[in-house]
Amino acid sequence: MSWINARRRRPVAGYAALLLGLVVVALAYGAITSSGGVTQASAAVGAQQDTAAGQKLFKANCSSCHGLEAQGTSQAPSLVGAGAAAVDFQVSTGRMPAKEVGAENERKPSSFTAQEIHQMADFIASLGGGAAIPDAQQVSAAGANTALGYQLFSANCSQCHNAGLSGGALTYGKDAPPLTAATPTQIYEAMLTGPEAMPVFADGSVSPQAKRDIVAYITQTRAEPNPGGFSLGRTGPITEGLVIFFGGLGFLILIALWITARRRDPRPTGTE
Amino acid sequence: MSDMEETEGAEGPVAPHRVIGTPPPSPRLLGSTAVAEHREPAEPAMADDEEVAGVPHNVGLAPDDPKMVVHGQRAERVVATCFTLAFFTGCAFVAAYVGIGVGTVDKTLRSNLGLGTTLAATLLLLGTGALIWVRHLMPNVELTEERHDLRSDDADRQGFQEVFKEGTGYSQFVKRPLIRRTLMLGTLPLLAAPIVLLRDSGPKPGTSLRHTVWSPGRRLLVYGTNQPITPADFSAPGSMISIVPDGYQDNDDDLTKAAVVLIKFRPGELDIPTRTQGSTLVGTMNWTVDNIVAYSKICTHVGCPVGLYEQTTHHLLCPCHQSTFDAAKGAEVIFGPAARPLPQLPLTTDSSGYLVAKSDFNEPVGPSFWERG
Amino acid sequence: MSDTDFDVPKALSGTGSFLDDRFHGARGLRVLMRKVFPDHWSFMLGEIALWSFVILLLTGTFLSLFFVPSMNQVTYHGTYVKLDGIRMSEAYQSALNITFDVRGGLLIRQIHHWAADLFMAALIIHMLRIFFTGAYRKPREINWLIGIGLFTLGLLEGLFGYSLPDDQLSGAGLRIFEGALQGIPIVGTYLAFFLFGGPFPGHDIVPRMYIIHVLLIPGILLALISAHLFIMFHQKHTQMPGKGNTEKNVNGQPFFPYFMAKGGAWFFFIFGALVLLATFATINPIQLYGPYSPVAISSASQPDFYMGILEGSLRVMPAWEINFLGHTLSLSVLIPFALPLGIVLGGAALWPFFEQWATGDKSFHNINDRPRNAPARTATGVAAMTFYGVLWAEGANDVIADKLQIPLYTITWIARVMVFVGPALGYLITKRICLGLQRKDAAELLHGYESGIIRQLPNGEFIEVHQPVNEEKRAVLEAKPVPALLPGRGSADENGVPSPGSRGALGWARGVANRAFAETVPVEANGHGDGHHGNGHEVEAGAEHAAVGSAPAGSGHGQLPAGDAAEEEPREGG
Repeated sequence: MSWINARRRRPVAGYAALLLGLVVVALAYGAITSSGGVTQASAAVGAQQDTAAGQKLFKANCSSCHGLEAQGTSQAPSLVGAGAAAVDFQVSTGRMPAKEVGAENERKPSSFTAQEIHQMADFIASLGGGAAIPDAQQVSAAGANTALGYQLFSANCSQCHNAGLSGGALTYGKDAPPLTAATPTQIYEAMLTGPEAMPVFADGSVSPQAKRDIVAYITQTRAEPNPGGFSLGRTGPITEGLVIFFGGLGFLILIALWITARRRDPRPTGTE
Repeated sequence: MSDMEETEGAEGPVAPHRVIGTPPPSPRLLGSTAVAEHREPAEPAMADDEEVAGVPHNVGLAPDDPKMVVHGQRAERVVATCFTLAFFTGCAFVAAYVGIGVGTVDKTLRSNLGLGTTLAATLLLLGTGALIWVRHLMPNVELTEERHDLRSDDADRQGFQEVFKEGTGYSQFVKRPLIRRTLMLGTLPLLAAPIVLLRDSGPKPGTSLRHTVWSPGRRLLVYGTNQPITPADFSAPGSMISIVPDGYQDNDDDLTKAAVVLIKFRPGELDIPTRTQGSTLVGTMNWTVDNIVAYSKICTHVGCPVGLYEQTTHHLLCPCHQSTFDAAKGAEVIFGPAARPLPQLPLTTDSSGYLVAKSDFNEPVGPSFWERG
Repeated sequence: MSDTDFDVPKALSGTGSFLDDRFHGARGLRVLMRKVFPDHWSFMLGEIALWSFVILLLTGTFLSLFFVPSMNQVTYHGTYVKLDGIRMSEAYQSALNITFDVRGGLLIRQIHHWAADLFMAALIIHMLRIFFTGAYRKPREINWLIGIGLFTLGLLEGLFGYSLPDDQLSGAGLRIFEGALQGIPIVGTYLAFFLFGGPFPGHDIVPRMYIIHVLLIPGILLALISAHLFIMFHQKHTQMPGKGNTEKNVNGQPFFPYFMAKGGAWFFFIFGALVLLATFATINPIQLYGPYSPVAISSASQPDFYMGILEGSLRVMPAWEINFLGHTLSLSVLIPFALPLGIVLGGAALWPFFEQWATGDKSFHNINDRPRNAPARTATGVAAMTFYGVLWAEGANDVIADKLQIPLYTITWIARVMVFVGPALGYLITKRICLGLQRKDAAELLHGYESGIIRQLPNGEFIEVHQPVNEEKRAVLEAKPVPALLPGRGSADENGVPSPGSRGALGWARGVANRAFAETVPVEANGHGDGHHGNGHEVEAGAEHAAVGSAPAGSGHGQLPAGDAAEEEPREGG
């Protein structure tokens, strides 16, 4: 009689089986839906050269959807005037090349090196203007006014990306991603270029200084430890509610079962 | 202790009485070898209506059975260990309080961890010790208590009724209706006093919900930076920004109605139908400047700021209850519980080129109310 | 050496005499010390709420020493430097102060908030336990109503409590509260302006909520909790069906020292669990939300879980507004605000009386029902839970949409359908499950449990031997109420007069409800200890039996003979 079989019909066996099932399902689901990946930090912009190299990369990887001259096709918009910053953002976060047409593109590991991304960005910039890639000084947090960053973030960003930076749902299956993985440059570029459904925050309404403050606020917030313990995903009262029911009440009900369990005192000799 | 019990009776091997996993037999009421002690406390003569519970009887072995003694000693050690450990964690709690300071986020984290773990350990150890004490040291005593009828017997009820009638008779309450009625009359206004006394808890709403602080020529400022904005500043299509009125950027009471969301469209995308409420114009393309439109940011459902702008679909989504407005079509409602479109702020530019309001909103902003009309 | 072989110390006996001389307490205390409390894990759920309340009082007192209930605007220059220079209320600043500048402040604040959540969660579970075991029946209806009052007050208390720090998240909740208040016909705008001292947010709401939260509601809660406990003490706790448990007794262990010790241990465990949560699980990180501003909002803005049903109702409702004669009736706000929670709480409050009306059962009940033995009640409870649960889940729809990658509007549409379909399905399925479990119990009583022993009969057939259930189990299985069927429309006395209670539309409704409550599987017990009753088999007392139907039918174990213990028409009763 194996150890498990001997205990197969104990009351606790059912709970153990349920727990095992839950854990298996949780792991399986987590494996399926996990997203994210390593991002390529975008190095500082070098000289605006290498458009030829960029054009070659573009032709090989992007022109099938965006057209040989980046003029756009039915599947993808024109990139003339899109600017280097947009290219840097989209490619360094792995959103481009897109998995499928029309889907909302999610962050994934980029398949290009930083230099290749810059070359493609230079090529697109050469086709007609657009926002430039910010330099290191523009995204540095040194001396930034996080208070202003907080105000701008809370009024324009947190309704999609969440005050705790955990992201949020949009309509028709889209979502605003969490801001935990993006580099300062990518954050800046996203504000500047308004990728996909995100609105544009051009320098006229949100100055470069203000953008720097927002970037500093975001980087500080996500680096900040949670003094109260595990963050529970920084999603708010929903996870708190789940924790109190399953963690708090669940634990206490187990204790209550212990308190009121039938006493198993030693049996009198001769009856064993 | 194995669950498989094979007993060899006098008749030869008998089938097992219990097989693995089957419900256990009921616990013995009395120990088989030792006669269980019935505790017969020296009961003093009790009155018949005494409500003390019945005689407690020990369910299990006698306390001085060697097995129980060993069991008790082991349990005692465990309980004492729990309590002693609790002493040390309790001291650690005091030490953590004295020793770990706060003042930064990191220090707060460490303080919280230090104080919390020691306090939790102390409490749980005390609880565990107490519980093992009850379950393994205290004898397994059972009592039976009688439930008496809750309903009083008829004699008592009768007696109550008599005394009640007697007292009511003394008060002459029934006999003198004039007293009765004037008493009620006299106390009636006092009942309204708590309601009336609350009159000054706030001003009457008046018409304040119908208007905001926006007025002709008032500049639009970007919330946070408090900078005015020109159409040229706001020229990138797909732009969105939160706006507050000049002069009221710090006044939350006014911002609750006056917050505005500014959106820039590509040429041809914006198609605001001319909308009237009664005879009042409440939405029109004439109120836009250079494909820039301003809507009230206050949701017409219950008043959350409608911040979620999707550039590609031009939907304005309110994160509270998912009311969705189409910003290209006069913020008409396309989903969700909001029943009215977001009011549109009439825009123009002033002499310096900054965006200003042409006038206040032409309809009340925010959640509906009875007098809204 | 006997356990009672000791002298009571002089200090104790001296104090005892001192008090008894003045207060006449000996007999009463003696009764109290021997008072019996029955033991069942589900009886401890209400105590979770009780001890959480005590912890709330203790931690709340600590917090009140540092919290400043004022909405005066200040510019922050404190230790949380990320917000340096931000304009905020003094209330929010004092909350930041408690979190980062008071030793133990964050811990106590988190214990307080977790305890509030646990209080409400325990109340919900406790109420469900009372409901599903029928412990609200006579004589405990008043206690049930007090409990519902406690729950409602707890909702308000929690709402005001988490709104005190005046942070972005709770401020949005207050704005929603004010917007909904404003929509009430005729008096709405006045109510909103009086409560907030003017337009939202004003300067008065935090100090007013403060005094309601620390004085008014806790006072009422203390009084109601005391009443609740006293009534339970006086009427004695109910018992689960079991051996030796009758309507006229209570079995268990005495208060002194058993229940005292267990209660004390329980307190330590609850407190310990809350401290563990407060140490390792962040709750309400106000520093991330920032101070309230009416221009700002975050995604995933939800109230604490116990307000979830209200939030979900607001989200599930489609747009509906009526404009007439210069007035606006905002039904998309009023219906969610009032109806779902009103149905749940109002229905709960009326339920004991409805059940009495439907079953005609006016007797005392001190033994709990097993939920399966009251299928109509259990099924209605599950239907109510489904209704509550669908709306609660809808309150989290944006988080569900984000985490589970389901489109946002799809979730709302599913909720709009399930809020009606779900409870109906829940009722039907639960009823059938209850009746099925009853059948299983009846079979077990009749035939015994499957012992796992396989025997081979002389004719070569294999059977599984059934053992009779033990006495304890038997007592539980037999303690099944027999629901009575009220005289229906068809019944008439000898003069042809139908029963007065069965006439009219109300009488028809009563008949429908009565039949639903009376649907049950009857149990047959003959007390022989073997469960058999003359089916033509030889019965050997005490020995194991083959299951009925195995010899002639020649098949395996535990076959129920056709018609036996099947669902029968409820017996006519009065």
